[in-house]
Amino acid sequence: MTTPGLPEVVTIACLFFIFLTPLAAAGLTLINAGLGRSHSAAHIMMASLSALSIAGLVYFAFGFGWQGFIGGHAHILTLSGKAWNWIAAEPFFFRKLALDGSPAFLTALLQVCCVGLAALIPLGSGADRWRLRASCLSTAILAAWTYPLFAHWVWGGGWLAQLGVNYGLGHGFLDVGGASSIHVVGGLTALSVIWILGPRRGKYSADGMAPAIPGHNAVLIMFGCLLALLGWFGLNSAGAILFVGGEPSGSALIAMNTLLSAAAAALTAAFITNIRFGKPDASLTANGWVAGLVASSATCAFVVPAEAVVIGSIAGAVVTFSIEWFELRLEVDDPGGAISVHAIGGLWGLLALGLFGRFNAPVSNVAASLPAAAGDSGQLLAQLIGVATLLGFVLPLTYGLNWLLNRIYPYRVSVEGERQGLDLHELGAGAYPEFITHTEDFIPR
Amino acid sequence: MRFVGFLLLVAGWFLVLASIVLLASPVSRGSFVFAGIAVEALGLIMVFRSHSIPREEKR
Repeated sequence: MTTPGLPEVVTIACLFFIFLTPLAAAGLTLINAGLGRSHSAAHIMMASLSALSIAGLVYFAFGFGWQGFIGGHAHILTLSGKAWNWIAAEPFFFRKLALDGSPAFLTALLQVCCVGLAALIPLGSGADRWRLRASCLSTAILAAWTYPLFAHWVWGGGWLAQLGVNYGLGHGFLDVGGASSIHVVGGLTALSVIWILGPRRGKYSADGMAPAIPGHNAVLIMFGCLLALLGWFGLNSAGAILFVGGEPSGSALIAMNTLLSAAAAALTAAFITNIRFGKPDASLTANGWVAGLVASSATCAFVVPAEAVVIGSIAGAVVTFSIEWFELRLEVDDPGGAISVHAIGGLWGLLALGLFGRFNAPVSNVAASLPAAAGDSGQLLAQLIGVATLLGFVLPLTYGLNWLLNRIYPYRVSVEGERQGLDLHELGAGAYPEFITHTEDFIPR
Repeated sequence: MRFVGFLLLVAGWFLVLASIVLLASPVSRGSFVFAGIAVEALGLIMVFRSHSIPREEKR
């Protein structure tokens, strides 16, 4: 299958950006490991590598067939005279896909990285209690079904992207770098997994206390943040070229906005924690940084740097309070902060695009055969419809699939395994064998 | 309560979809989209409440 090619310089730039994206996965992995406990550090690294491998292979086998690419084959449903593109109809295993530098193949290459990134997000939330095999099965479902379906609607010229041409809602639902399809989908999957798993032992006591279980390595967390920045540069820039028809020269603005958004979010989180607790909190600052990156994924190509600072600042503030709210008020035990950082940060980014977005260049997020969008008005409504779809369709779907899987293969590790730590219980060796370990970790209580 | 909560989430989404297909005026369409999101918010509250940990299970 062939599609109109990109100019060679655009293809090379796009490839360079795609090659940067695995750094985002490396960053998230280190952050998840650092925010977890030391006796499960090797387990979460192993789970991350497994998730990346499974997500890539399952997406290659089935996922791309459902997701497709802009202008590819799809199943169309006609409602009141408008064509709704529901799901792609590409062959599985990349059959009939031109294995060259075509936009279709570049999309497939970027998506193999993106689906792995989405699969990493729930791992930090299920830390210290999610069995390795269960997380692998959950990843397979995400990569085969949940992710490709929503990603098709946004990035494959699906009905959300068509809201502009079909119903005059701005340029349709827009998401440059995966705030919705990667981060909100991953964050909502994390929420489902936490609901199914329940909290870690000792997190909530009968007297109403919720003692903090701090992450074990702030160095890993901070280094992960720096790696993630590079990955986000690539992800946002490649997404802009492939999914909204951006030019490589636009990547300078995208990188600037990405950096400014993350910086503003991190400083806001540090400032707020400094005021509330007397000292800046390292893990919340890191979470603020990533939330800024996530929010920038939606907006980076369509705002000016000053707006990126505002968007990042709000993301940092929202995440700081949201993490505490989820933990203390809603009793959601999320060691990695994935729900606040990825789901809430992503939702804010999507709404911010509707509020701040300005469209100086043509946006190409649907098949070239369709007419251009009527104008910019209605963009906020298009973004709201996307948000409603994430909450009203993706959350029930991912919860239902994970609930069913948990019935077949229980997700939670045994009480003994949780006490011992997942490193020893599931892998037979710890991440830090030369460290002195408390003997109580090995004695059944 | 959990089942009803998820049902409300899906119902809110259908309300949003219906508003796109059936309504033409931007004002009425926007109102129905907001109404759909409000229904979803209600469903989300119910799902969160259904997952709160019973006191006897806290350890």
